[in-house]
This record gives sequence, structure tokens and C-alpha cells, in this order.
Amino acid sequence: MVRLITHNLLACHAKGCTTNNFPLAFRDVQLENREAEYNPEFLKGFMPKIEWNALVSTARELGDVSLPAECPEPGTETDEFLHALHHVLMEIHVEEGSMVCPNCQHVYRISNGIPNMLLAEHEIK
Amino acid sequence: MSRPEFQAPPEIYYGDTEAKKYTHNTRNQAIQAEMTDRALELLNLPEGQPALLLDIGCGSGLSGEILDEEGYTWVGLDIAPSMLEVALEREVEGDLFLHDIGQGLGFRPGSFDGAISISVLQWLCNADTTSPTSSPPARLTRFFTSLHAALTRSARAVFQFYPQSDDQVTLITSIAMRCGFEGGLVVDYPNSQKAKKFFLCLFAGGGESSGGARRKVEIPK
Ligand SMILES: [Zn+2]
Repeated sequence: MVRLITHNLLACHAKGCTTNNFPLAFRDVQLENREAEYNPEFLKGFMPKIEWNALVSTARELGDVSLPAECPEPGTETDEFLHALHHVLMEIHVEEGSMVCPNCQHVYRISNGIPNMLLAEHEIK
Repeated sequence: MSRPEFQAPPEIYYGDTEAKKYTHNTRNQAIQAEMTDRALELLNLPEGQPALLLDIGCGSGLSGEILDEEGYTWVGLDIAPSMLEVALEREVEGDLFLHDIGQGLGFRPGSFDGAISISVLQWLCNADTTSPTSSPPARLTRFFTSLHAALTRSARAVFQFYPQSDDQVTLITSIAMRCGFEGGLVVDYPNSQKAKKFFLCLFAGGGESSGGARRKVEIPK
């Protein structure tokens, strides 16, 4: 159950990996769409936390092109936009595959919807 | 009987059988629910505002189910795969991660509006001490530093836990303060050996950003 809402917050936490460690790149993913309750207030509250370029490019990699390249200014979000954002953040689930750090190439495997974030001894800060 | 954290690491102690037993025990469910409610109360989130929360040591999702009911969006971390399997079976709403919090968290700054943790902190102090990276102070420091960064400025983190000694409380609290938190210990039912509950309440803001005013910890019930 990795959704893009959490993927957009995740950065690599391996030792010495402090720059270019976001966003983790999806590889060989299996996706599942699951309907979630639409909550526009939550979405608006969450929007300032989003790294927009990362979200748009990751969504496109996963086959969803519904988001605009520029994030709308606060207060100008249309219903159509919020529904698209809702779907991208909350309803696309990555069930299998992996996430790879663009900097140190650490591979975080996703199995049964759960990413394995455990580091080996030499990777711990 | 000796405490579970003295018997084996959590991912071993909570194997398939223990994870199911723990989750389906109605007394455990009731206690977990009560502690989660109290942790949420101490979290003191703004009324009626949606929030993204972190459930540290989410286990099989007993606390997560309450976060779902309360309408919060959450992310759960746990080191025991068997517990996470049970959480999947129970179809909780939160995203689940297999994670050792003693290795530090990997979230961007300001990601979460609050964090709760039920019956987990004491496990962090029982690491094997054969390597310097796994000493309890090293694990606590990595955990609190990365948690502090992952929270928004006004966020709190509330940990219900079972301290093994006063020394352990001091160790945990002093490291949390060094990592930038303010706050302290709340003890519910302090006069009852059986019902006594410890909650470590941490505030991420503090210092300059809170206008220099030190907020007080709630007095015990
Ligand atoms: Zn990395």
C-alpha cells in the first residue's frame, strides 16, 4: 500500500545519503486502484507539503497524466483538479516492485504493498 | 513472567502466532484503544482540521483502526513483518512500512502533523549492544533527530510506553530534548500500580519558533 501521498514524503535515509536522495524511483511496479473517500479539505491542507514536480513526474511514470505541470495557487483549485489530485495521492497503490534511491542506488523492495525500509549495518548513520 | 522486550527482539517476539494472539485478544484491543484515545487527546490536534499522522510501531493496526475511525490519514511503521501481515488482513487504511525506527526515519522535513506510538519506546532500549550503531543511545538519537525533522513546527509526538526504570525514563527524555524536542512525562493513574500509564509528550516547535514561551505539559488525570 505505497501510495503517492507517502512516496512524495519519502527520502533515502541511508548513511551519507543527504543530497539528490529524493524522490525514490519506482521500478517494475504492479499497481492497484482502490477507491478512497474524497476529502477536499485534507487535500488542500496537504498541498503545501507536496513536492509538486516529483509528484507529477512520478504519477506520469505510473501512467497517470491528469495533473498539471504547475501546482495551482491556493484558493484557485478547481473540483476537477482536486479529484485528479485525490486519485493520484490516495487511490493508486503500488503493490509490488521497488523504490531506488537516485543518489546511492539503495533498493527498497515493495512486497505485498509493504516497502522494506530496513538498512544493512554499514548503511546506518 | 519477564517483560516481552527482555525475551527477544520485537520482530522475533511477535512472530505469526504471537501477532495473531496479540491482535485478537479482546483485553489487548480494549487497552490499546484506551491508550490510543488518550494519546490522541494529548496530541491536541486542532479541532475539525484534517491531519496526516505517523503511527510509530503500528503493529497489527489496532491503533490505526482508531485513527481511521477518527478520520485521520496515517502512515504506520513497524519492525515485525507478522504484525504488518495482520494489519493488511484487517484492511487498515494507512500505508504500512517495514521499518526499524532505531535506524532513523526517512521522511522529508515537515511531513507529519503529529505522531503517536503505543507500547513501543521501551523496545528501542533493548537493542543488542555488540556494535556501536545499535547501542540504545545511538538508536534513540537517530530516531528522535529524524522524527523531529519529519514533524511540522507545531506538531506533537505522544508515546505511551512501559519504562523499565527511572534511569530509562531519564535516558529517553534527555536524548529527546537534545534532539530538539520540548515536553515531558505525563503519568495517568499514578497511584495505581496496575492502571498506571506513562506518556512521553514531545513538542517539535519550541525555542524561537514558539515565541520563546514554554508550553506546559498537562497535569495527570
Ligand atoms: Zn540513498
